[in-house]
Amino acid sequence: MTIKIYAELFDPWHEIQAYQNSVKHMAGQFGATNIFIGTMRDFNEGDNVKGMSLEHYPGMTEKQLKKIIAEAGQQWPVIDTLVIHRVGDILPNEPIVLVAVWTSHRGDAFDACRYIMEALKSRAPFWKKELLQSEQERWVLKNTDGYKIAR
Amino acid sequence: MSIKVRYFASLKESLGRSEDSPACTKRVTVRELWLLCVPEMPLPDNVLAAINMEYAALDSIVGDGDEVAFFPPITGG
Repeated sequence: MTIKIYAELFDPWHEIQAYQNSVKHMAGQFGATNIFIGTMRDFNEGDNVKGMSLEHYPGMTEKQLKKIIAEAGQQWPVIDTLVIHRVGDILPNEPIVLVAVWTSHRGDAFDACRYIMEALKSRAPFWKKELLQSEQERWVLKNTDGYKIAR
Repeated sequence: MSIKVRYFASLKESLGRSEDSPACTKRVTVRELWLLCVPEMPLPDNVLAAINMEYAALDSIVGDGDEVAFFPPITGG
């Protein structure tokens, strides 16, 4: 299990590949890798957004993410997990979050990755402040429910 | 009793400070700690609290040496 908080732009594809190659115990064991990447949009709530600032609670963030990953490991046979989250100033099109889960079989990878991502959204202490095209700044008030059916 | 209180995000901005070190002589709950530290603002309905980086109910008792944090709903991911 690895958790990283980056204050600068990261390349999720490179991170996944490098991590998979570096964890020797995974070789030959995993048959499924499920990946979630959250990327910054240039719109929200009907407004054009030109940037975002992400604050977090150092220490609590890592503590909560460790618990969430451990919970996923109790529910599904997870071989390894990589979670990366950005903080600081972010621009549209930049990745915000990466969750990658390696398991033997696909169902576990899908389910564990989804569980970790939804739990991160509701329990990991990060806060977004948007900078709108109009130069107005506003805090994002709450996260949407990821399990709601899209209309 | 030594307690460190921290504020984050919009709450930190509204208060104009990121932490307090209240002088507590008796055991207090998280809610009482807010009243002690932030007399200028009622406790927001949607506030979240943590003791030593674990989510805590507002009626939890705060102990000596604890770090208590107050923050708005989280919006990461």
